[in-house]
Amino acid sequence: MCLGVPGRITAIDDAASLSAWVEVAGIRRKVSVACIVDAAHPIEACVGEWVLVHVGFAMSRIDEAEAEATLRVLAEIGELAVEREAMLTTEATA
Amino acid sequence: MKHADEYRDHDLAKGLAHAVAGQLAALGATEARPIRLMEVCGGHTHAIFRYGLADLLPKSLEFLHGPGCPVCVLPRGRVDDCIAIARHPDVIFATFGDAMRVPGSTRSLLQAKADGADVRMVYSPLDALALARRNPDRRVVFFGLGFETTMPSTALTVLQAEAEGIGNFSILCNHITIIPTLRAILDDPLMELDGFIGPGHVTMIIGTEPYGFIASEYRKPLVVAGFEPLDLLHAIHMILQQKLDGRCEIENQYQRVVPNTGNPVARKAVERVYEPRATSEWRGLGDIALSGVQFRPAYRRFDAEAIFALRGERVADPVECRCGDVLKGLAKPWQCPAFGGACSPEMPLGALMVSSEGACAAYYQYSGLQNSALDAARNKVPA
Ligand code: SF4
Repeated sequence: MCLGVPGRITAIDDAASLSAWVEVAGIRRKVSVACIVDAAHPIEACVGEWVLVHVGFAMSRIDEAEAEATLRVLAEIGELAVEREAMLTTEATA
Repeated sequence: MKHADEYRDHDLAKGLAHAVAGQLAALGATEARPIRLMEVCGGHTHAIFRYGLADLLPKSLEFLHGPGCPVCVLPRGRVDDCIAIARHPDVIFATFGDAMRVPGSTRSLLQAKADGADVRMVYSPLDALALARRNPDRRVVFFGLGFETTMPSTALTVLQAEAEGIGNFSILCNHITIIPTLRAILDDPLMELDGFIGPGHVTMIIGTEPYGFIASEYRKPLVVAGFEPLDLLHAIHMILQQKLDGRCEIENQYQRVVPNTGNPVARKAVERVYEPRATSEWRGLGDIALSGVQFRPAYRRFDAEAIFALRGERVADPVECRCGDVLKGLAKPWQCPAFGGACSPEMPLGALMVSSEGACAAYYQYSGLQNSALDAARNKVPA
Protein backbone atom coordinates (compact mmCIF):
# COMPACT_ATOMS: atom_id res chain seq x y z
CA MET A 1 0.00 0.00 0.00
CA CYS A 2 2.84 2.37 0.74
CA LEU A 3 4.62 1.55 -2.46
CA GLY A 4 4.71 4.20 -5.08
CA VAL A 5 5.11 3.59 -8.78
CA PRO A 6 7.03 5.72 -11.23
CA GLY A 7 4.94 7.18 -14.03
CA ARG A 8 5.20 9.85 -16.68
CA ILE A 9 2.88 12.84 -16.92
CA THR A 10 1.49 12.87 -20.47
CA ALA A 11 -1.11 15.67 -20.44
CA ILE A 12 -3.00 18.15 -18.29
CA ASP A 13 -6.53 17.01 -17.43
CA ASP A 14 -7.84 20.04 -15.53
CA ALA A 15 -5.50 22.85 -14.54
CA ALA A 16 -7.96 24.37 -12.03
CA SER A 17 -8.19 21.20 -9.93
CA LEU A 18 -4.51 20.32 -10.56
CA SER A 19 -5.38 17.07 -12.28
CA ALA A 20 -3.15 15.48 -14.92
CA TRP A 21 -2.94 12.31 -16.99
CA VAL A 22 -0.16 9.93 -16.04
CA GLU A 23 1.02 6.80 -17.74
CA VAL A 24 1.99 4.19 -15.17
CA ALA A 25 3.26 0.86 -16.47
CA GLY A 26 1.16 1.15 -19.62
CA ILE A 27 -1.99 2.30 -17.77
CA ARG A 28 -3.34 5.83 -18.20
CA ARG A 29 -5.05 7.41 -15.24
CA LYS A 30 -5.81 10.79 -13.76
CA VAL A 31 -3.69 11.84 -10.82
CA SER A 32 -3.53 14.94 -8.68
CA VAL A 33 -0.36 16.97 -9.09
CA ALA A 34 -1.25 19.28 -6.17
CA CYS A 35 1.86 18.19 -4.22
CA ILE A 36 4.42 18.87 -6.95
CA VAL A 37 3.33 22.23 -8.37
CA ASP A 38 4.00 25.70 -7.03
CA ALA A 39 4.51 29.18 -8.43
CA ALA A 40 7.98 28.27 -9.66
CA HIS A 41 6.82 25.03 -11.24
CA PRO A 42 3.30 25.34 -12.69
CA ILE A 43 1.28 22.38 -13.98
CA GLU A 44 2.31 23.10 -17.59
CA ALA A 45 5.93 22.44 -16.64
CA CYS A 46 5.01 18.94 -15.40
CA VAL A 47 4.08 17.47 -18.78
CA GLY A 48 6.71 14.92 -19.83
CA GLU A 49 8.16 14.59 -16.32
CA TRP A 50 8.71 11.34 -14.45
CA VAL A 51 6.98 11.33 -11.07
CA LEU A 52 6.41 8.92 -8.21
CA VAL A 53 2.68 8.16 -8.02
CA HIS A 54 1.13 7.09 -4.73
CA VAL A 55 -2.61 6.34 -4.30
CA GLY A 56 -3.63 8.73 -7.07
CA PHE A 57 -1.23 11.57 -6.23
CA ALA A 58 2.07 12.53 -7.81
CA MET A 59 4.21 12.87 -4.69
CA SER A 60 7.67 13.59 -6.01
CA ARG A 61 9.48 14.42 -9.21
CA ILE A 62 12.07 11.83 -10.10
CA ASP A 63 15.46 13.39 -10.53
CA GLU A 64 17.15 11.75 -13.54
CA ALA A 65 20.56 13.22 -12.78
CA GLU A 66 20.44 11.82 -9.25
CA ALA A 67 19.32 8.45 -10.56
CA GLU A 68 22.37 8.30 -12.78
CA ALA A 69 24.72 9.63 -10.12
CA THR A 70 23.60 6.88 -7.71
CA LEU A 71 24.15 4.25 -10.39
CA ARG A 72 27.69 5.51 -10.94
CA VAL A 73 28.43 5.26 -7.21
CA LEU A 74 27.01 1.73 -7.17
CA ALA A 75 29.14 0.67 -10.12
CA GLU A 76 32.23 1.98 -8.35
CA ILE A 77 31.51 0.12 -5.12
CA GLY A 78 30.78 -3.05 -7.08
CA GLU A 79 33.93 -2.84 -9.17
CA LEU A 80 36.05 -2.05 -6.16
CA ALA A 81 34.75 -5.11 -4.38
CA VAL A 82 35.57 -7.30 -7.35
CA GLU A 83 39.06 -5.86 -7.59
CA ARG A 84 39.66 -6.24 -3.88
CA GLU A 85 38.55 -9.83 -4.12
CA ALA A 86 40.92 -10.38 -7.04
CA MET A 87 43.83 -8.89 -5.08
CA LEU A 88 43.07 -11.03 -2.05
CA THR A 89 42.87 -14.23 -4.07
CA THR A 90 46.10 -13.49 -5.98
CA GLU A 91 47.85 -12.84 -2.70
CA ALA A 92 46.54 -16.10 -1.37
CA THR A 93 47.79 -18.08 -4.32
CA ALA A 94 51.12 -16.24 -4.52
CA MET B 1 10.60 3.35 -15.96
CA LYS B 2 13.97 4.54 -17.02
CA HIS B 3 16.70 3.05 -14.78
CA ALA B 4 14.47 0.43 -13.16
CA ASP B 5 16.37 -2.38 -14.82
CA GLU B 6 19.71 -0.92 -13.87
CA TYR B 7 18.65 -0.90 -10.22
CA ARG B 8 18.03 -4.64 -10.50
CA ASP B 9 21.28 -5.49 -12.27
CA HIS B 10 22.37 -8.90 -11.11
CA ASP B 11 26.13 -8.51 -11.53
CA LEU B 12 26.12 -5.19 -9.78
CA ALA B 13 24.09 -6.71 -6.94
CA LYS B 14 26.72 -9.42 -6.58
CA GLY B 15 29.51 -6.86 -6.53
CA LEU B 16 27.71 -4.87 -3.84
CA ALA B 17 27.04 -7.99 -1.79
CA HIS B 18 30.80 -8.70 -1.94
CA ALA B 19 31.55 -5.22 -0.73
CA VAL B 20 29.08 -5.61 2.14
CA ALA B 21 30.60 -8.97 3.08
CA GLY B 22 34.01 -7.29 3.25
CA GLN B 23 32.64 -4.57 5.53
CA LEU B 24 30.99 -7.13 7.82
CA ALA B 25 34.27 -9.01 8.14
CA ALA B 26 36.14 -5.79 8.89
CA LEU B 27 33.59 -5.01 11.61
CA GLY B 28 34.12 -8.44 13.16
CA ALA B 29 30.50 -9.47 12.69
CA THR B 30 29.78 -13.21 12.88
CA GLU B 31 26.74 -15.40 12.59
CA ALA B 32 26.68 -15.69 16.38
CA ARG B 33 27.11 -11.93 16.83
CA PRO B 34 25.61 -10.43 13.71
CA ILE B 35 25.12 -6.80 12.80
CA ARG B 36 21.37 -6.25 13.20
CA LEU B 37 19.63 -3.74 10.96
CA MET B 38 15.95 -2.91 11.14
CA GLU B 39 14.15 -2.10 7.94
CA VAL B 40 11.35 0.11 9.19
CA CYS B 41 9.15 -0.05 6.13
CA GLY B 42 7.01 -3.00 5.05
CA GLY B 43 7.84 -2.22 1.41
CA HIS B 44 11.47 -2.93 2.25
CA THR B 45 10.54 -6.16 4.04
CA HIS B 46 8.74 -7.26 0.91
CA ALA B 47 11.69 -6.33 -1.34
CA ILE B 48 14.22 -8.12 0.92
CA PHE B 49 12.26 -11.35 0.57
CA ARG B 50 11.26 -10.93 -3.02
CA TYR B 51 14.84 -10.44 -4.19
CA GLY B 52 16.30 -12.92 -1.71
CA LEU B 53 18.70 -10.34 -0.27
CA ALA B 54 19.19 -12.22 3.00
CA ASP B 55 20.52 -15.19 1.00
CA LEU B 56 22.82 -12.96 -1.03
CA LEU B 57 24.46 -11.58 2.12
CA PRO B 58 26.47 -13.35 4.82
CA LYS B 59 24.69 -14.58 7.95
CA SER B 60 26.66 -12.03 9.92
CA LEU B 61 24.00 -9.53 8.84
CA GLU B 62 20.55 -9.94 10.34
CA PHE B 63 17.42 -8.11 9.21
CA LEU B 64 14.87 -7.10 11.83
CA HIS B 65 11.53 -6.44 10.23
CA GLY B 66 10.07 -3.27 11.67
CA PRO B 67 6.54 -2.01 12.26
CA GLY B 68 6.21 0.01 9.05
CA CYS B 69 3.26 -1.72 7.47
CA PRO B 70 0.09 0.19 8.35
CA VAL B 71 -2.14 -2.78 7.66
CA CYS B 72 -0.11 -4.96 10.02
CA VAL B 73 -0.53 -2.64 12.98
CA LEU B 74 -4.24 -2.09 12.46
CA PRO B 75 -5.94 -3.02 15.75
CA ARG B 76 -8.78 -5.54 15.81
CA GLY B 77 -11.11 -3.02 17.44
CA ARG B 78 -10.54 -0.60 14.58
CA VAL B 79 -11.60 -3.23 12.05
CA ASP B 80 -14.74 -3.73 14.16
CA ASP B 81 -15.39 0.03 13.91
CA CYS B 82 -15.05 -0.13 10.12
CA ILE B 83 -17.53 -2.98 9.93
CA ALA B 84 -19.99 -1.17 12.25
CA ILE B 85 -19.96 1.80 9.85
CA ALA B 86 -20.12 -0.35 6.72
CA ARG B 87 -23.26 -2.05 8.06
CA HIS B 88 -25.33 1.14 7.92
CA PRO B 89 -27.70 0.57 4.99
CA ASP B 90 -27.05 4.02 3.47
CA VAL B 91 -23.24 3.74 3.68
CA ILE B 92 -20.75 2.91 0.97
CA PHE B 93 -17.53 1.99 2.77
CA ALA B 94 -14.48 2.52 0.58
CA THR B 95 -11.02 1.21 1.45
CA PHE B 96 -7.65 0.22 0.04
CA GLY B 97 -7.65 -3.46 -0.82
CA ASP B 98 -5.01 -4.38 1.78
CA ALA B 99 -7.31 -3.55 4.67
CA MET B 100 -10.12 -5.83 3.49
CA ARG B 101 -8.70 -9.07 4.86
CA VAL B 102 -7.44 -7.87 8.23
CA PRO B 103 -9.23 -9.88 10.91
CA GLY B 104 -11.39 -7.96 13.39
CA SER B 105 -12.71 -9.61 16.54
CA THR B 106 -15.13 -11.80 14.60
CA ARG B 107 -14.69 -11.01 10.93
CA SER B 108 -12.90 -8.96 8.28
CA LEU B 109 -14.31 -6.29 5.97
CA LEU B 110 -14.26 -8.88 3.21
CA GLN B 111 -16.50 -11.16 5.26
CA ALA B 112 -18.74 -8.20 6.12
CA LYS B 113 -19.06 -7.54 2.40
CA ALA B 114 -20.03 -11.16 1.80
CA ASP B 115 -22.68 -10.67 4.50
CA GLY B 116 -24.19 -7.78 2.54
CA ALA B 117 -22.34 -4.61 3.62
CA ASP B 118 -21.51 -2.28 0.73
CA VAL B 119 -17.71 -2.36 0.94
CA ARG B 120 -15.77 -1.16 -2.10
CA MET B 121 -12.09 -1.44 -2.85
CA VAL B 122 -10.58 1.73 -4.27
CA TYR B 123 -7.10 2.68 -5.43
CA SER B 124 -7.19 6.30 -4.29
CA PRO B 125 -9.17 8.42 -1.80
CA LEU B 126 -10.05 10.52 -4.86
CA ASP B 127 -11.94 7.48 -6.19
CA ALA B 128 -13.92 7.38 -2.95
CA LEU B 129 -14.75 11.07 -3.39
CA ALA B 130 -15.93 10.31 -6.93
CA LEU B 131 -18.24 7.66 -5.45
CA ALA B 132 -19.74 10.33 -3.17
CA ARG B 133 -20.24 12.62 -6.16
CA ARG B 134 -22.01 9.89 -8.11
CA ASN B 135 -24.15 8.69 -5.19
CA PRO B 136 -25.60 11.81 -3.56
CA ASP B 137 -28.24 9.78 -1.67
CA ARG B 138 -25.62 7.57 0.02
CA ARG B 139 -23.02 8.35 2.67
CA VAL B 140 -19.53 7.47 1.46
CA VAL B 141 -16.93 6.75 4.12
CA PHE B 142 -13.28 6.26 3.22
CA PHE B 143 -10.99 4.36 5.56
CA GLY B 144 -7.94 6.61 5.82
CA LEU B 145 -5.08 4.49 7.03
CA GLY B 146 -1.38 4.70 6.50
CA PHE B 147 1.68 6.63 7.52
CA GLU B 148 2.83 10.10 6.52
CA THR B 149 3.05 8.88 2.91
CA THR B 150 -0.70 8.52 2.65
CA MET B 151 -1.80 11.40 4.90
CA PRO B 152 -1.41 14.14 2.26
CA SER B 153 -3.66 12.23 -0.13
CA THR B 154 -6.56 12.01 2.34
CA ALA B 155 -6.02 15.58 3.54
CA LEU B 156 -6.10 16.87 -0.04
CA THR B 157 -9.20 14.79 -0.77
CA VAL B 158 -10.96 16.40 2.21
CA LEU B 159 -9.91 19.84 0.98
CA GLN B 160 -11.28 18.95 -2.46
CA ALA B 161 -14.60 17.80 -0.90
CA GLU B 162 -14.75 21.07 0.99
CA ALA B 163 -14.07 23.11 -2.15
CA GLU B 164 -16.78 21.28 -4.08
CA GLY B 165 -19.23 21.38 -1.16
CA ILE B 166 -19.65 17.61 -1.09
CA GLY B 167 -21.56 16.81 2.10
CA ASN B 168 -21.96 13.02 1.91
CA PHE B 169 -18.26 12.21 2.22
CA SER B 170 -16.28 11.44 5.35
CA ILE B 171 -13.09 9.68 6.43
CA LEU B 172 -12.44 7.26 9.25
CA CYS B 173 -8.97 8.45 10.16
CA ASN B 174 -6.45 5.87 11.28
CA HIS B 175 -3.35 7.67 10.16
CA ILE B 176 -0.28 6.98 12.24
CA THR B 177 3.18 8.50 12.40
CA ILE B 178 6.41 6.57 12.43
CA ILE B 179 8.70 8.81 14.49
CA PRO B 180 7.19 8.23 18.01
CA THR B 181 7.15 4.51 17.27
CA LEU B 182 10.82 4.47 16.33
CA ARG B 183 11.54 6.14 19.65
CA ALA B 184 9.43 3.53 21.46
CA ILE B 185 11.42 0.76 19.77
CA LEU B 186 14.72 2.41 20.69
CA ASP B 187 13.55 2.72 24.31
CA ASP B 188 12.67 -0.98 24.51
CA PRO B 189 15.36 -2.51 26.75
CA LEU B 190 15.12 -5.86 24.94
CA MET B 191 15.87 -4.30 21.61
CA GLU B 192 19.36 -4.73 20.24
CA LEU B 193 20.00 -3.15 16.90
CA ASP B 194 22.86 -1.48 15.08
CA GLY B 195 21.08 0.78 12.65
CA PHE B 196 18.04 1.50 10.54
CA ILE B 197 17.18 1.27 6.87
CA GLY B 198 14.90 4.32 6.74
CA PRO B 199 11.51 4.37 5.02
CA GLY B 200 11.73 5.84 1.53
CA HIS B 201 8.28 7.16 0.88
CA VAL B 202 7.54 8.44 4.38
CA THR B 203 10.71 10.49 4.06
CA MET B 204 9.58 11.79 0.67
CA ILE B 205 6.97 13.71 2.73
CA ILE B 206 8.62 14.43 6.11
CA GLY B 207 12.24 14.83 4.94
CA THR B 208 15.31 13.54 6.80
CA GLU B 209 15.35 16.08 9.63
CA PRO B 210 12.81 14.31 11.95
CA TYR B 211 15.18 11.31 12.26
CA GLY B 212 17.96 13.48 13.72
CA PHE B 213 17.43 12.24 17.31
CA ILE B 214 18.18 8.65 16.26
CA ALA B 215 21.75 9.61 15.45
CA SER B 216 22.28 12.31 18.08
CA GLU B 217 20.49 10.77 21.11
CA TYR B 218 20.60 7.04 20.40
CA ARG B 219 23.83 6.93 18.39
CA LYS B 220 22.38 4.75 15.61
CA PRO B 221 22.87 5.35 11.89
CA LEU B 222 19.83 5.59 9.62
CA VAL B 223 19.98 5.52 5.84
CA VAL B 224 16.82 6.28 3.85
CA ALA B 225 16.57 3.75 1.02
CA GLY B 226 14.74 3.12 -2.23
CA PHE B 227 12.92 -0.11 -3.00
CA GLU B 228 14.99 -1.79 -5.69
CA PRO B 229 17.48 -4.48 -4.67
CA LEU B 230 20.49 -2.27 -5.45
CA ASP B 231 18.97 0.54 -3.39
CA LEU B 232 18.77 -1.72 -0.35
CA LEU B 233 22.28 -3.11 -0.81
CA HIS B 234 23.59 0.40 -1.26
CA ALA B 235 21.86 1.58 1.93
CA ILE B 236 23.30 -1.36 3.89
CA HIS B 237 26.75 -0.50 2.51
CA MET B 238 26.29 3.12 3.63
CA ILE B 239 25.24 2.09 7.16
CA LEU B 240 28.20 -0.27 7.53
CA GLN B 241 30.55 2.41 6.19
CA GLN B 242 29.31 4.73 8.96
CA LYS B 243 30.11 1.98 11.49
CA LEU B 244 33.59 1.53 10.01
CA ASP B 245 34.20 5.28 10.12
CA GLY B 246 32.79 5.58 13.63
CA ARG B 247 30.04 7.91 12.41
CA CYS B 248 26.32 8.05 13.34
CA GLU B 249 24.40 10.02 10.77
CA ILE B 250 21.14 10.28 8.91
CA GLU B 251 21.87 9.74 5.23
CA ASN B 252 19.73 9.51 2.13
CA GLN B 253 20.43 6.84 -0.46
CA TYR B 254 17.16 7.57 -2.35
CA GLN B 255 18.03 11.07 -3.55
CA ARG B 256 16.47 10.54 -6.95
CA VAL B 257 13.00 10.48 -5.38
CA VAL B 258 13.41 11.82 -1.85
CA PRO B 259 14.61 15.39 -1.35
CA ASN B 260 16.17 15.90 2.10
CA THR B 261 13.57 18.57 2.74
CA GLY B 262 10.63 16.25 2.01
CA ASN B 263 7.51 17.75 0.46
CA PRO B 264 6.47 21.02 2.14
CA VAL B 265 3.29 21.37 0.03
CA ALA B 266 2.09 17.96 1.16
CA ARG B 267 2.96 18.71 4.80
CA LYS B 268 0.98 21.94 4.67
CA ALA B 269 -2.15 20.11 3.51
CA VAL B 270 -1.73 17.58 6.34
CA GLU B 271 -1.25 20.32 8.95
CA ARG B 272 -4.33 22.13 7.74
CA VAL B 273 -6.65 19.14 8.13
CA TYR B 274 -5.13 17.05 10.93
CA GLU B 275 -3.74 17.58 14.42
CA PRO B 276 -1.81 15.18 16.68
CA ARG B 277 -3.92 12.64 18.57
CA ALA B 278 -3.10 12.13 22.26
CA THR B 279 -2.53 8.43 21.77
CA SER B 280 -2.99 5.77 19.09
CA GLU B 281 -3.24 2.01 19.40
CA TRP B 282 -0.90 -0.17 17.32
CA ARG B 283 -1.70 -3.83 16.96
CA GLY B 284 0.90 -5.83 18.83
CA LEU B 285 2.62 -2.74 20.23
CA GLY B 286 -0.18 -1.18 22.28
CA ASP B 287 -0.76 2.53 22.82
CA ILE B 288 1.90 4.98 21.73
CA ALA B 289 1.54 8.65 22.70
CA LEU B 290 1.26 11.19 19.89
CA SER B 291 1.72 8.49 17.24
CA GLY B 292 -1.31 9.37 15.16
CA VAL B 293 -3.48 12.21 13.96
CA GLN B 294 -7.15 13.23 14.12
CA PHE B 295 -9.24 15.85 12.34
CA ARG B 296 -8.92 19.46 13.43
CA PRO B 297 -12.23 20.89 14.76
CA ALA B 298 -12.70 22.92 11.55
CA TYR B 299 -12.89 19.65 9.57
CA ARG B 300 -14.93 17.55 12.01
CA ARG B 301 -17.81 17.39 9.54
CA PHE B 302 -15.64 15.07 7.46
CA ASP B 303 -14.74 12.95 10.49
CA ALA B 304 -16.52 9.58 10.44
CA GLU B 305 -15.55 9.13 14.08
CA ALA B 306 -17.69 12.13 14.99
CA ILE B 307 -20.52 11.25 12.59
CA PHE B 308 -20.98 7.61 13.60
CA ALA B 309 -21.20 6.59 17.23
CA LEU B 310 -18.28 4.16 17.37
CA ARG B 311 -17.67 1.82 20.25
CA GLY B 312 -13.94 2.19 19.82
CA GLU B 313 -13.39 -0.97 21.84
CA ARG B 314 -10.00 -2.50 22.45
CA VAL B 315 -9.83 -6.13 21.44
CA ALA B 316 -6.86 -8.19 22.51
CA ASP B 317 -5.11 -10.49 20.03
CA PRO B 318 -5.50 -14.26 20.48
CA VAL B 319 -3.02 -15.54 23.07
CA GLU B 320 -1.03 -17.66 20.64
CA CYS B 321 -0.22 -14.65 18.44
CA ARG B 322 3.33 -13.34 18.68
CA CYS B 323 2.67 -10.43 16.34
CA GLY B 324 4.00 -7.88 18.83
CA ASP B 325 7.32 -9.69 19.25
CA VAL B 326 7.67 -10.10 15.50
CA LEU B 327 6.89 -6.41 14.96
CA LYS B 328 9.61 -5.43 17.39
CA GLY B 329 12.09 -7.83 15.84
CA LEU B 330 12.22 -9.91 19.05
CA ALA B 331 10.93 -13.06 17.36
CA LYS B 332 11.04 -14.45 13.84
CA PRO B 333 7.69 -15.27 12.24
CA TRP B 334 8.36 -19.02 12.33
CA GLN B 335 8.85 -18.84 16.08
CA CYS B 336 5.15 -18.01 16.45
CA PRO B 337 3.20 -21.17 17.29
CA ALA B 338 0.43 -20.11 14.92
CA PHE B 339 2.74 -19.59 11.91
CA GLY B 340 1.72 -21.72 8.96
CA GLY B 341 -0.86 -23.58 11.04
CA ALA B 342 -3.62 -21.50 12.60
CA CYS B 343 -2.24 -18.49 10.73
CA SER B 344 -1.66 -18.52 6.98
CA PRO B 345 -2.22 -16.01 4.16
CA GLU B 346 -5.47 -17.79 3.30
CA MET B 347 -6.74 -17.65 6.89
CA PRO B 348 -4.75 -14.94 8.68
CA LEU B 349 -4.94 -14.84 12.46
CA GLY B 350 -2.63 -11.86 12.79
CA ALA B 351 -2.36 -8.91 10.47
CA LEU B 352 1.31 -9.58 9.65
CA MET B 353 0.04 -12.48 7.58
CA VAL B 354 -2.41 -10.34 5.57
CA SER B 355 -0.36 -7.93 3.55
CA SER B 356 2.61 -8.92 1.42
CA GLU B 357 4.42 -6.16 3.32
CA GLY B 358 3.92 -8.04 6.58
CA ALA B 359 6.90 -10.03 7.83
CA CYS B 360 4.92 -13.25 8.35
CA ALA B 361 3.35 -13.23 4.88
CA ALA B 362 6.72 -12.41 3.32
CA TYR B 363 8.39 -15.30 5.16
CA TYR B 364 5.58 -17.60 4.23
CA GLN B 365 5.57 -16.62 0.59
CA TYR B 366 9.23 -16.34 -0.26
CA SER B 367 11.55 -18.10 2.10
CA GLY B 368 10.59 -21.63 1.15
CA LEU B 369 10.06 -22.17 4.84
CA GLN B 370 6.44 -23.21 4.46
CA ASN B 371 7.00 -26.88 5.01
CA SER B 372 9.76 -26.78 7.56
CA ALA B 373 7.92 -24.11 9.50
CA LEU B 374 4.74 -26.09 9.33
CA ASP B 375 6.59 -29.07 10.74
CA ALA B 376 8.25 -26.93 13.36
CA ALA B 377 4.93 -25.35 14.28
CA ARG B 378 3.39 -28.78 14.74
CA ASN B 379 6.20 -30.18 16.85
CA LYS B 380 7.04 -27.15 18.88
CA VAL B 381 6.12 -26.31 22.44
CA PRO B 382 4.84 -22.74 22.27
CA ALA B 383 7.64 -20.36 23.22
S1 SF4 C 1 2.18 -16.02 12.30
FE1 SF4 C 1 0.23 -14.91 12.41
S2 SF4 C 1 -0.24 -14.79 14.58
FE2 SF4 C 1 1.90 -15.38 14.44
S3 SF4 C 1 3.04 -13.45 14.55
FE3 SF4 C 1 2.67 -13.86 12.37
S4 SF4 C 1 0.76 -12.80 11.88
FE4 SF4 C 1 0.89 -12.92 14.12
